Amino acid sequence: MEILRVENLHVEVEGKEILKGIDFGISKNEVCVLFGPNGAGKTTLLMSILGSPNYKITDGRIIFNGMDITNLEMNERASLGIGVAFQNPPEIIGVKLRDILRICTRKRVNEELTENELKLVEKFKLTRFLDRDINVGFSGGEKKRVEILQLLSMRPKLLLLDEPDSGVDVESLRLIGNEIQRYINETGGSALIITHHGEILEHVDAKTGFILLDGRISCRGNPGVIFHDILKSGYRECVKCLIRGAKK
Amino acid sequence: MKKWKRVDSLTELPHKILESAMKAGIDVDARNRSGSYMMIDHSAVIAKVNEYFKGKLEIMDTCDALMKYKWLRNYVWKLVDKEEDEYTKKADENLGGGYFLRIMKNAKIDLPLQSCLIMASENMEQNVHNIIIAEEGSNARIITGCTLHPDVRSGQHIGISEFFIKRNATLNFTMIHNWSEETKVRPRSAAVIEENGKFISNYIALKPVRDIQMYPSAICKGRDSMARFNTILYSHNGSLMDIGSKIELLGKNSKGEIVSRAIATDNSRIIARGMLIGNNSGVRGHLECRGILLDDSAEIRAIPELIGNRRDIDLSHEAAIGKIAEGEIIYLMSRGLSRDEATSVIVRGFLDVDILGLPKELNNEIRRLIEKTTTNL
Repeated sequence: MEILRVENLHVEVEGKEILKGIDFGISKNEVCVLFGPNGAGKTTLLMSILGSPNYKITDGRIIFNGMDITNLEMNERASLGIGVAFQNPPEIIGVKLRDILRICTRKRVNEELTENELKLVEKFKLTRFLDRDINVGFSGGEKKRVEILQLLSMRPKLLLLDEPDSGVDVESLRLIGNEIQRYINETGGSALIITHHGEILEHVDAKTGFILLDGRISCRGNPGVIFHDILKSGYRECVKCLIRGAKK
Repeated sequence: MKKWKRVDSLTELPHKILESAMKAGIDVDARNRSGSYMMIDHSAVIAKVNEYFKGKLEIMDTCDALMKYKWLRNYVWKLVDKEEDEYTKKADENLGGGYFLRIMKNAKIDLPLQSCLIMASENMEQNVHNIIIAEEGSNARIITGCTLHPDVRSGQHIGISEFFIKRNATLNFTMIHNWSEETKVRPRSAAVIEENGKFISNYIALKPVRDIQMYPSAICKGRDSMARFNTILYSHNGSLMDIGSKIELLGKNSKGEIVSRAIATDNSRIIARGMLIGNNSGVRGHLECRGILLDDSAEIRAIPELIGNRRDIDLSHEAAIGKIAEGEIIYLMSRGLSRDEATSVIVRGFLDVDILGLPKELNNEIRRLIEKTTTNL
């Protein structure tokens, strides 16, 4: 059973077509990795699934858990179970981490976080950040931990992770990788991960990899093998090889 | 104009008066306050120090205090020039009261003092003169609210305030204004801070007002003295808020900080002024002014000024005006909020009271006020 199905997806950003007919699916409890060079459209694909208003879907559709969500608002998608960890989250003056966690866990304004939710905050070593303005003056590693903490606090069915391993120290990486894997094991959730250097794959068990090149999905296979080939021959050669391999 | 009788407890006052006082941050049963002063029109109805703090502070009507203490004449019109403009002249000619607050030498007052000035008669001119003395080594917080009786729509309020922060004293002064669309408000205040003294002045205005104009100043006269002005403004319903803060750094190594957060919408205008003057070696100052425009009918003008006349000073400013960043809205929407909900969370955060340096309880009280005012956003 699939949690996500993307059909013939065409997406424009500021009038320019970035995604040119994407077809792929993610099964329940499956972790997929999206590879691709800078500018290939990886973040665009994630943001389109998320429903970000700056990404205009011109054709195709997105099915989540059996429901067509192509025209739903971001917050409606979030409540259905789509969650994201942004690559470059904004700093918001005066909005505390505690406030955002209340939002993630669908609480009223002055309702306190539960003991279990606070335990998760502690696991991410962020207790002392609870009353600080979100992301203001946070280090790279802290920002990533804050992103994953929010994502897991939302208890989503599909996790969208935009470069969770970029700009992050090894300890934070191990922490967030292990927590993502634990969450997936415990809930049967699925994930779509963008990574350049593959470090996150040392901690998260991914079954499937895709390469996104020139606005299209170019191959599907074992992420370890794909990543090895990309390192060896580059994205373009790798795509050729796998296509040839598939033809054989 | 009705003359109001003295009361022994705020709770003896009419319900409607208490309700407006509460909206201006006044704790009616005064249990969490070290003392209370309240003036309705030109009658002081209460000037009382809580039992526990007797001998540590004094609260009186300014007119009574001037009769009691001859020396107080040396403090009146010492920092604000009575010839400054038509409003100071008026306040000098028709003094209608105001409060005299004095925190005694080395007294540490851990509960805030409260004062409230209420206009209860239609079309009146309320002229007050407040004198605040923080004696050497003292430490206190004052919360003061100015507001209208709910049946009153228009009037003019002129408030002169002079602050004297003596050596090693710290004073945190928070003023909440709660006017109406037809009130005209002209506060004129100034502070002087002696050696190693600290003066933190917070100003919060969230309700519509016809027009308010003020430019309070602080003179850091003593070595290592410090002044900070925090201003939180929410201007709507065609209000005009022309509000500045000025710090003159005269003492060696003195420090000044001015932070203002302004939100304007609905045909309103805000002029956010700020001035730092560096006059002695080792002085440092920073001025920050941020504004958010919620629609195209409003205007915010930021006018930061830095004046330096020594080589070894460090003065800086930053100012930014714009709409709410789309990236911030998208971020909160991805966590499950609608666009409107996200906007309101960002606005409330922007009007954050944590910058005021208040104790947690007082912070929460003011946060609740802000939440009440911005729920209809």
